Amino acid sequence: MPFSVRLTVNGTDYEHEVEHRQLLTEYLREVLGLTGTHVGCDTSGCGACTVLLDGKAVKSCTVLTAQADGGNVTTIEGLANGNELHPLQEAFNVEHGLQCGFCTPGMIMAGLELLDRNPNPSNEEIRHALEGNLCRCTGYENIVRSIKYAAAKS
Amino acid sequence: MIPASFEYLRASTVEEALSLLEKHGDDAKLLAGGHSLLPAMKLRLATPSYLIDIGRIDSLKSIEEVNGTITIGAMVTHRQLESADAITSQVPDLARAAAGIGDPQVRNLGTLGGSVAHADPASDYPAVLLSADATIVIQGRGGQRSIASEDFFIDLFMTELEEGELITAVQIPALPPATGATYLKFPHPASRFAVVGCAARVSLHDGSCADVRVAFNGISGAAFRDAGVESALTGQAPSEAAIEFAAGKAAIGAEPMGDAFASAEYRGHLAKVFARRALREAIDAAGVPT
Amino acid sequence: MVKVIGESVKRVEDRRFITGRARYTDDIKLPRMTYASIVRSPHAHARINGIDVAEASAAPGVVAVFKGEDLHQESVISVPCGWQVDFKNGDQMLEPPHPVLASGKVRHVGDAVAVVVAESAAQAKDAAELVEVDYEVLEFVVDSLEAVADGAPLVHDDVPDNIPFDWELGDQEKTDAAMAAADHVVTLEYRNQRLIPNAIEPRSAIGDYDVASEHYTLYTSSQNPHVIRLLMCAFVLNLPEHKVRIVSPDVGGGFGSKIPHYIEEALVTWCAGQLGRPVKWTAERSESFTTDVHGRDHVTKAELGLDNDGNFVGLRVKTYANMGAYLSTFSSCIPTYLHGTLMQGLYTTPAIHVDVTAVFTNTTPTDAYRGAGRPEATYLLERLVDQAALKLGYDPVELRKKNFIPPFDGVNQPGYETQVAMTYDSGDYEPVLNRALEMLDYEAVRKEQAAARTQGRLLGIGFSTYVEACGIAPSAVVGALGARAGLFESAVVRVQPTGKVTVLVGSHSHGQGHETTFSQLVADRLGVPMDDVDIVHGDTDLVPFGMGTYGSRSLAVGGSAIVKSLDKVIEKGTTIAAHLMEAAAEDLEFAEGKWTVKGTDRSITFGDVALTAYVPHNYPEGLEPGLDFTSFYDPVNFTFPFGAHIAVVEVDADTGKVTLKRFVACDDVGNVVNPMIVDGQVHGGLAQGIGQALLEGALYDDNAQLISASYMDYAMPRADDFPEFEIDRCVTPCPHNPLGVKGAGETGTIGSTPAIVNAVLDALWHLGVRDMEMPLTPESVWRAINAAASI
Repeated sequence: MPFSVRLTVNGTDYEHEVEHRQLLTEYLREVLGLTGTHVGCDTSGCGACTVLLDGKAVKSCTVLTAQADGGNVTTIEGLANGNELHPLQEAFNVEHGLQCGFCTPGMIMAGLELLDRNPNPSNEEIRHALEGNLCRCTGYENIVRSIKYAAAKS
Repeated sequence: MIPASFEYLRASTVEEALSLLEKHGDDAKLLAGGHSLLPAMKLRLATPSYLIDIGRIDSLKSIEEVNGTITIGAMVTHRQLESADAITSQVPDLARAAAGIGDPQVRNLGTLGGSVAHADPASDYPAVLLSADATIVIQGRGGQRSIASEDFFIDLFMTELEEGELITAVQIPALPPATGATYLKFPHPASRFAVVGCAARVSLHDGSCADVRVAFNGISGAAFRDAGVESALTGQAPSEAAIEFAAGKAAIGAEPMGDAFASAEYRGHLAKVFARRALREAIDAAGVPT
Repeated sequence: MVKVIGESVKRVEDRRFITGRARYTDDIKLPRMTYASIVRSPHAHARINGIDVAEASAAPGVVAVFKGEDLHQESVISVPCGWQVDFKNGDQMLEPPHPVLASGKVRHVGDAVAVVVAESAAQAKDAAELVEVDYEVLEFVVDSLEAVADGAPLVHDDVPDNIPFDWELGDQEKTDAAMAAADHVVTLEYRNQRLIPNAIEPRSAIGDYDVASEHYTLYTSSQNPHVIRLLMCAFVLNLPEHKVRIVSPDVGGGFGSKIPHYIEEALVTWCAGQLGRPVKWTAERSESFTTDVHGRDHVTKAELGLDNDGNFVGLRVKTYANMGAYLSTFSSCIPTYLHGTLMQGLYTTPAIHVDVTAVFTNTTPTDAYRGAGRPEATYLLERLVDQAALKLGYDPVELRKKNFIPPFDGVNQPGYETQVAMTYDSGDYEPVLNRALEMLDYEAVRKEQAAARTQGRLLGIGFSTYVEACGIAPSAVVGALGARAGLFESAVVRVQPTGKVTVLVGSHSHGQGHETTFSQLVADRLGVPMDDVDIVHGDTDLVPFGMGTYGSRSLAVGGSAIVKSLDKVIEKGTTIAAHLMEAAAEDLEFAEGKWTVKGTDRSITFGDVALTAYVPHNYPEGLEPGLDFTSFYDPVNFTFPFGAHIAVVEVDADTGKVTLKRFVACDDVGNVVNPMIVDGQVHGGLAQGIGQALLEGALYDDNAQLISASYMDYAMPRADDFPEFEIDRCVTPCPHNPLGVKGAGETGTIGSTPAIVNAVLDALWHLGVRDMEMPLTPESVWRAINAAASI
C-alpha cells in the first residue's frame, strides 16, 4: 500500500501517494517534475541534491518522502521571485560561480542556509560550510566569491 | 540509488516504537536521521523489511540540565549539539565533535542516538562519551536501563543495545570546574570520518593535572579510554615534557585497524600526535574560566 | 560600440542553471519511457557459463531482459577504438572486441553482462538483482608491470603478453649516445596514478525509436554527439546515419570522461529499436566509478642527462600505459601522440627518445582525463627538472631559464621544431615564469622558508613550467598518425531576415561557456548586440557536423570555423550593401554593424542588408538570396599554450599532512576572448591537478575490486582543500588561427601537479627525502620522512 504524503514545495501544497522507499529527490524530480534538484551520487557525498526542508539544508537523496511528510520544501526553482533572481542566484552569475551547472542548485541551497546562519561569513567559513558539496569544474574559487557577493548584497 | 522495498512505519512515542520493534523483530530497523542507514540501503547493503521512523518522537528531542547532569535526547541532531548553549558551555568536547561530523547537511539531520547506536568505529561521539563519563539510557519493553558509555561500545558496529531496545538519551555530567575538554580528529579526506579521534579532559588542581581522561575512536573496533596516557599525566605539572611523555603512551596495547588510507602503524602514531595536541588544548582550556 | 572581445562578459547561459531550468539527459522524460538497469560483473575476470534471466523476466514491471547473445544474433558485438596505433615493427594494433554486453568472458569489475528494461527505474533495479549469472572466476591482473611479466593471465586470449601495441618516438641512437656522454643523469621511476574523472553529472542515455519514420534518437551526456553518431551507426549498430539523431543537451561536466562512445549508448538505442519504446539508463555513482573511463595510470622510468654547465643533453623515457580491459575510443592516442610528443617541454634538449608499451589489465578502461597525456608528460619533465636542480644544487628557476627555448613568434621567427615530431607555433617562456615569480615574491618566500626551517616548520616551494598541445587537431597530421577521424570543426552562421543571428556549432559546451564566448565573437565581428545571437550545439539534426569539445579545441578550432562563416557573411553582405548603395564593393567598409561608403556618411545597417538578402526584390544580379554560411575549419597545426606554476606548501611533520599555502599560476594561452571564463577554466584545472598530487587515486585491492568506488573513499577535492588561487596571464598569440587563441581548458591540470610534488620534496629534501609517489597522502609523507631519518 502506498504512503500518503502532504508537502509544501516552493509554496504550493501537494498531496500524493508514494512508494514507501521513495526518496525526496525522486519525489521532487519524478513526481513534481522539479528537475533542478540533481542526483550526483549514492552515498550522500556530493550535495547536488541539497534542498531546504523546514528551513534546513538537507540532502534530499537521504530523506524519504515519507519522512518529509508535512514538511516545507524549498528547491532551486523556488528561489527567484518571478523574473527577479535571488541575490545568491545573481551572485553565481556575476562571480562566474558555475560552469557545467550540475552542482549549482545544491551549492546555492547550501549557501542559502549558510547565509541564514552567518550573514557575513569569512572565506574560510564559506569553504568549511561547503564541505558537503562537490564541484568538479570551478575549483570552488568563484563559488566562494559568489557567496561573498551575495552576503555583501543582502 | 534505489533502496529495496520496505514498509515505512512512523512511531510517535517511544512505546509505539518499542511495540513495532517487538512486532517486526529482525526485519525492522529504527530510522533516526538516516544518514548511515539510508546510504547503506541505497547501495542495498542493508535491506530491512520495515523502517520504524523515530525521528518524530518529541520526547527524544530535548536537552535538559538537572543537578549538574545534562540529558540529551537521542534524536537531538548534531547541529543542535554543535550550537546549543548548554552543550557548548557544559560539554564543549561534545560540541566540538558534533561540529566536525560529515558536513552541514548531514549535521542537520543526523542524530546523537542514531550515531551512538550505529557505533561506526570511525564516528566521533564515542571517544567524547567515554572521556566525559557519559551514560547511555536505553528503553526496552521491560523498562529502562542505563549503561556506562565505557561498557556500551563493544566492537565495530556492536553495542550493548539488545534487540527490541532503543536509546532514549545520553547523560553527561557537566564539565567540572578548572577542567578543560576537547575533541580533535584527523579526518579521512573523503568521508571526513575520524581516522583517529581523541577526546581529552584534564582538570588542573594546584598546578598539576588531575582527573585526566583520554579516549580514542577510529583506532580500533570500539572506542577506548587510554589508561596509559591518563596515569602518565595524572599528578604531573602540565609541562610540554609531561604531555609529550604521556602522549607517547597512547594506544599502547591497542590493536589499530589498517586500511588503504591509514595503516595500523600510522594510526598508532597518530594516536600519540593527537593525544599530545588534545591534552595541550584541554590543559589550556582548563586554565581558562568558561 | 561596446568592445566585446577581451571583456569578462557575464555568461548568457547561466540563467537556466541558476534557476533549476537546465535540461540534463536524466531530466528528460519521454512518453511511454522505460528504464534500464545493467547487470554488471562483480569479478575482475571470469568466464560466463550461463545467464538465467527467467526470474528477472517474470518480475513486476519488467518489459525485457537482454544478454550478450541476444545482441550477437543481431550482429551487435563491440564498440570501436577510434585511433589506430601500430606496433613499432609495423604490425597492426591488436584491438579485441569491446563488447556491448559481454559474452564468454567478463574482463573488469563493472563489465556489462545483461540489461533489464522495466516500467520504472526501481523495478528495473529490483529485477536486475534477480538475474543469475554463473561465473567461473579466472586469474586476473591489475598492474601493468605484472601484466607484461611472463606467465601473467591473459586479459584477451588473442593478445600475447597483454600488449595491444607498443610505440616509440625520437632518435633512440642519438639519445642513448647523449645519455652515455652526459655528465649527470637524473633518474625517476614512478607511477602516475590512476584517476577517476568524476564529472558530477553521472552519465545518462535515452534511446528512442519512431517506428513510423524509422528514426532513432539518442539523448546522451556526451562531449561529442556527432562522433557518437558516426561510431555507433557505422561500427556498432549498423544504422543509417541519416536516420539517427544524437542530442547532447546540458551536460554536467566531462573532463574527457564523456568523450568515448560507451556501450550504454549503443545498448539503449538498440533496446529502443527492439521495444519501440524509449529506454533510459542513468548511472548510479557507484556504477560511474567502475564504468566511466579512468585516466592516467602510467608506470614510467625517465632519465634526464645534463652536462656540467646544467644544460639538458638528453631525455630517455620508458612508459607502461595501463589501458584497462579494452581499448576505449581515444585511449590509444593518449600515452602516445598526446604524451610522447610533449617531451620537448619548453627546453632545448637536443636528443629525446620515448618508448611506450600499452598494456591490457583487468581494470576499467582508461581514456582521456583532463589534459590526457600532457599532464603525464609535464609531470615527467618537471619532476626531473626540479629533481636535477635539487640534486645538482641549482636554483630551479635558473636551471629552467638556462634551458628554455628562446622566444619565437611563429611569424618573424619560425615555429620551433621539436625532437618529437611537433612544431611549436609560438612561445616566449621567460615572461610567464618571471611574472609568476613576481606574484609570489620569490626571494621573500625563500627567506620565509629558511626562517620557518629554523623553527622546525617545513615549507617548500615547487615549480612547474609547461607547454602543451591544444586545438586538437590538424586532420592531415593526425590522420597520418592513425586517427580514424579528422579533427576539424564546423560552424553555421545563419543570419535571420530580421538581422538576428543563429550560430550552429559542432563543438559542445558542458561548462565551458560557449554560448557566451561564441556570442562575443559574433557580436564583435557583426556589430550586433549579444542578445541578438543564439548559439546552438549538441544536436546532430541541427548542426551539420562536429567533432565535439575536448583537448581545449573549441575556441581555437570551433571558434575559427565561426570566424570563417562570419567573414563569408560580411563578404556577401558587402556585395548586397554595394548594390543597395550603388557603390563599388571595394569602396565600402564594414564596422560597428554597418557598411559605410569610405569617406562619406552614407551607410546601411546590417539589419537592412540581412532583410534584403531574404526579400531580394532589389538585389545584385546572379547572387543567391539568403545570408547563411557553413564553414569547416581544419587547423594547420596544434596550438601550444604554456605557463609557469608555483606551489608553496607546508608539511606537518607530525602527521605528514600537506597544506597548500599558496598557488601561483601565470599562463599564456594566446589571445583571450573572455578573461572571466578563462580564469574559471584555470581554477577548475588547478583543482584537478592539485587533487591528483595530494588526494586522488583509484585503488584496487587484492581481488581487483575497486575500493575507492564512492565519495566516501575516493578523495575528491573540496572547497576547504584550497587557498585562494593567484593567477595571471601573458599573451603570445597563436600565429596560425584567425583569433590568435591557443586554448585554456587544460592548462591548470597540466601544469599544477608537478609543482605540488616538487614543493613537498623541496620542503623535505634537507631531511633526506628524495622521491615520493602520488597522491602524497599524509601517511606516505610521514613514511618518507621516517625513512629518510633512518638512513
